[in-house]
Amino acid sequence: MSIWEYANPKKFMQTSAWALPGLIVLTVVCMAVGLVWGFFFTPDDYKQGSTVKIIYLHVPAAMMAINAWAMMLVTSLIWVVRRHHVSALAAKAAAPIGLTFTLIALATGALWGQPMWGTWWAWDPRLTSFLVLCLFYLGYIALWKAIENPDTAADLTAVLCVVGSVFALLSRYAVNFWNQGLHQGASLSLDKEENVSDVFWQPLVICIAGFVLLFVTLVLVRTRTEIRARRLAALLSRERLA
Amino acid sequence: MMPDLGKYTFAVLASYGATIVLLVALVAVSFWQRARVKRALAEVEARAGKSDG
Repeated sequence: MSIWEYANPKKFMQTSAWALPGLIVLTVVCMAVGLVWGFFFTPDDYKQGSTVKIIYLHVPAAMMAINAWAMMLVTSLIWVVRRHHVSALAAKAAAPIGLTFTLIALATGALWGQPMWGTWWAWDPRLTSFLVLCLFYLGYIALWKAIENPDTAADLTAVLCVVGSVFALLSRYAVNFWNQGLHQGASLSLDKEENVSDVFWQPLVICIAGFVLLFVTLVLVRTRTEIRARRLAALLSRERLA
Repeated sequence: MMPDLGKYTFAVLASYGATIVLLVALVAVSFWQRARVKRALAEVEARAGKSDG
């Protein structure tokens, strides 16, 4: 069996219909357990007080905002190289989800920054690159809406996606590149010494799993809608010609 | 049951509130679009089926 089988819309619809009910249940369970655990059953941080509870929203949303763009980059490149329509539609479907995660990361970051840094916003490398990523998401969605021919739209948005990847990368590694600004380094690392304490780490990992599952579930739901919309447009144009 | 958030009550509750509103809106719009397109496609397919038959 090859992964390219799923480039066939019929196969994609069958497999995603089979996977979605389980994914929805897992998403709801992970989000509920992670957020309830984090909000109600974790202590305050000795430095940041109760604002540490924002970590369960801010970190997973920021991670997924960047990873959603990475997923869009991969599927856009697959479209450019192999011309699989499902992959272009999956990139289109992921953009509003990535934009929502970016807005959550920016909003929770501002709400967290105000009491900790004394300001809602700073032109810090990570914050600025994240704002630019947000603008790229808006531009990407606008470009899909602006072009009538879907194949041309997929081509041009793929180019935009490649360019925007620079900012997705920057928003992830800006702290390491410039080593300046208000934003702290990564909260999670493969090096256990650098991680947040276990009491925060465990619910945080569950929240991250919840956000990943929510992303996958919504990408499948929205890609299925895009496939149906494409078929609807084809049938309507055939009706008009008849 | 509600944890004591001290002087950071606004920051924490506003973060949770904003996130929940944005996520619920995203999920609602995704499923609303899904239902709308599915219904429209079913209607057009039914029409196409009749005209073919």
